[in-house]
Amino acid sequence: MNPLLFGYLAAAIIVFSALAVTRKNPVHAILFMIVMFFHLAVMYLGLDAEFLAAIQIIVYAGAILVLFLFVVMVLNIKEEMSGERFSSGWPLGISLAAGIFLLAIIMTGNVFPLGQQGIYTPALIASETHTKALGSLMYTQYIFPFELASLILLVAVIGAIVLAKKRLR
Amino acid sequence: MVTVNWFIWLSLTLFMIGVFGFLTRRSIIMMFLSIEVMLNAVNLSLVSFSYFLNDLRGHILVFFIVAVAAAEAAIGLAILIALFRNRQTAQVDQITEMKG
Repeated sequence: MNPLLFGYLAAAIIVFSALAVTRKNPVHAILFMIVMFFHLAVMYLGLDAEFLAAIQIIVYAGAILVLFLFVVMVLNIKEEMSGERFSSGWPLGISLAAGIFLLAIIMTGNVFPLGQQGIYTPALIASETHTKALGSLMYTQYIFPFELASLILLVAVIGAIVLAKKRLR
Repeated sequence: MVTVNWFIWLSLTLFMIGVFGFLTRRSIIMMFLSIEVMLNAVNLSLVSFSYFLNDLRGHILVFFIVAVAAAEAAIGLAILIALFRNRQTAQVDQITEMKG
């Protein structure tokens, strides 16, 4: 990956996520999140993960954030935007986050040692296409977790309907 | 040359932005948004490790994390709607029934 491209994407991801987390209006925050997700998808493209870039845009930007927008529509946004933005314990929160950050920076300070290399080199993925390589691995070696994921999604669908229903009979 | 360390630091910064938002915001919907930021930070680190290790298993893990994140968002937002119907508020510091 080109360092200039990485620099631009990293700066955009950090700036837009920081904006998203600190906005007062939830709609503005969600729109900044969408911009951040698009930059992350471009980052995945640079890391030879085309299928995940598509998933990032379709599922995250297309489904999850639209769900957030619908819920913001249901909530009372006037009440949401009145009053303080941060809770009274914000100094503790920011110092905790900064402390963990410093600890992790110290731990990864030197060159990170990488383990054993796998067989999926960029040339192999390019010749086979990423979607096909991922699918052939997922439908053979990882078929059981895949089925479990479908079960989790079914539970989520039923659970969301039951929880958001007005009155259970 | 972009090494794996750059990606780890970017992912770390993104994760800490998510932690900061989760710990400091009052609105539950913004806390959910911060959780999504944290999940994306982990996804980014998994994809970059996969790339630098020439292995595809990180991508498979990312696929499952996206599926679970979708389920989590649906359930969490349904709970938020139920809560808002009962309490007319979505500010966490006004929900104090369990406080002794």
